[in-house]
Amino acid sequence: MKLNTATVEEAAKALYIQALKALPPDIKAGFQRLQTSETDSTARSMLATMVTNIRVAEDTQNLLCQDTGIPIYNVTIGSGVEFDGAALKAALVRGCTRATQEHPLRSSVVHPLTRKNQHTSCGEGVPVIHVDFNDAIETVEIEMIPKGSGSENNSFLRMAIPAEGIAAIKRFVIDCVIAAGGKTCPPTIVGVGIGGTSDLCVHLAKKAATRPLGSRCSDPDGASLELDLAGAVNMLGVGPQGLGGDSTAFAVHIELAATHITMNPVAVNMQCHSARRARATITPAGVEYGY
Amino acid sequence: MAHHEFNMPVTEAQVRSLRVNDTVTLNTTLYGIRDASYIALFDKGRTTRFDLRGHAVIHTAPNVKKVTPSAEFPAGYAPVCIGTTTSDRMERFTKQLMTQMGVRFIIGKGGMREGSLAAFRELGGAYLAIVGGTAALETTWIEQIEDVDLDDLNPESLWKFRIRGFGPLLVAMDSHGQSLYDVVQANVASKREAALARLGVTP
Repeated sequence: MKLNTATVEEAAKALYIQALKALPPDIKAGFQRLQTSETDSTARSMLATMVTNIRVAEDTQNLLCQDTGIPIYNVTIGSGVEFDGAALKAALVRGCTRATQEHPLRSSVVHPLTRKNQHTSCGEGVPVIHVDFNDAIETVEIEMIPKGSGSENNSFLRMAIPAEGIAAIKRFVIDCVIAAGGKTCPPTIVGVGIGGTSDLCVHLAKKAATRPLGSRCSDPDGASLELDLAGAVNMLGVGPQGLGGDSTAFAVHIELAATHITMNPVAVNMQCHSARRARATITPAGVEYGY
Repeated sequence: MAHHEFNMPVTEAQVRSLRVNDTVTLNTTLYGIRDASYIALFDKGRTTRFDLRGHAVIHTAPNVKKVTPSAEFPAGYAPVCIGTTTSDRMERFTKQLMTQMGVRFIIGKGGMREGSLAAFRELGGAYLAIVGGTAALETTWIEQIEDVDLDDLNPESLWKFRIRGFGPLLVAMDSHGQSLYDVVQANVASKREAALARLGVTP
C-alpha cells in the first residue's frame, strides 16, 4: 500500500476532534463498573455527573472537556507500506492545525519560555509524534491522544536502586497517587513505567496510562502487580475529584522494559477520567475510525 | 447541607451563611480567570475595567469561536466549550484576588490550600467545587460571553459570562475554616500504611 499524505492529514484532523467528543467504550464500561461498586454518596453523585457529561457531549456534539490537551499521535506502520516519513509527519501537523482552526478548538500549546500561543495546537516538538512498525499488519494505524494537563502535571520519576527492590516501586506509586489527590481529576488510570532508561521509563508510564481499560501488561509479573497496586490504590479513599470515596482509579496499568544492573527506575503518569482516545486504520480500501 | 440560589454579586453575609457540604447554584454573572490572567493582574501590574466586587470567578480558559459582534455575541465570541481547570496552580493569588478585586467565590476543581482557606475565613469567601472534566454539561449553563478583557492573553483572557442555573456546585471550602479536601487528605494519610501493608511493604 502506498500511503497518501492527504489521507493522513484528514485522519489527523478527524481523530483530534473525535477524541475530544466521544469516550471509548472501555472507559464508559469503566464508569459503569465504578458506579456499581462506589459506596460514598458524594462520590456516586460525582460519577453520575461525569456520566451525564458523556451523554451531553454526544447529544450536543460538544467537547467532553475544555482541555484540548497536548496532541499526541502514535503511528504504527505495517509491512509493505510505502511512505515518505517527513511528509507523514508534516501531514499530521497540518491535520492537527486544521482541527484547531476549522472546528475551532482552543489551542492549549504555548512556547515554554515566551508562553506565546500560535493558536494551532502545534509548536516545537508538538504534536508529539511516535512512529513504530509492525510486521503483523499491512495497514497504517494512527492513535490520537489529547493529553490533558491536570493529570499530566502529576507525572513523577524516581531513579530507585536495586537494593530498594520492588518495595520502592510499590511505595512510589501509592505516594504519587496521594500527592496527586484531586488535582488529576480522578478516577484516573494510573500509568506506571518500570525499568528502561529514565526517558524510556517515563514514556512507558504514558503508554500505560493511555492503554485501554481491560488490557493487561504483557509481562505476567507486571500483570499481577497491576492488580495488586489497583487494589491498594483504591483503599486510599481519594475518590472522584479528590473529595473522598472508593473510586480513586479505574485501574493501574504497567508497562516495563529491561533495565541496567544498577538501576530500578519507576515513573508514574496519570490519565484523568476523561480518558480520550481515537484510532484510524488506513487500508487500501479507505479509513476506518474507532478507538 | 442546604442548597442556596444566588444572583451575583453576593454580600459577605451571604457567603458566610455557607457551610461545607452545602450546594450552590449561581445566576446572572460569572468571570473566567486562570494562570496567565492572574499573572498579568498580580505579577505584572495590569488592570481590568471589570468590577469583580462580590462576584464569582471560575478557573477556566474556554474554547470559543470568533464571530462578528452582535446582540447575541456582544464580545465577538461564541462559546464552544467552557469547562474548569485545576485550581491548585493558582493558590498563591487567592488573597490578592479577594483584597484587591473583592471576589467572593472561586469555582474550580481539585481544591486549594491553607492560604486560600485563611483568606476565605478572614475576608469572607468560599471555594465551590465543580466536577472537573464535565465541560459539555457546564457549557449548557452559560448563556453568553458578554465581554472580554486582557484578550491578548487569549484563551487565558479575563472572560465575563452570562449564566443561568450554574450548578449545583459543592461548597468544599467555607469561611469558617472548613475544607473537605483537608478532611479527605487526613483520611487518606491514615490509610497509607494499610494500603502498603496490603502490598507487603513497610511504610
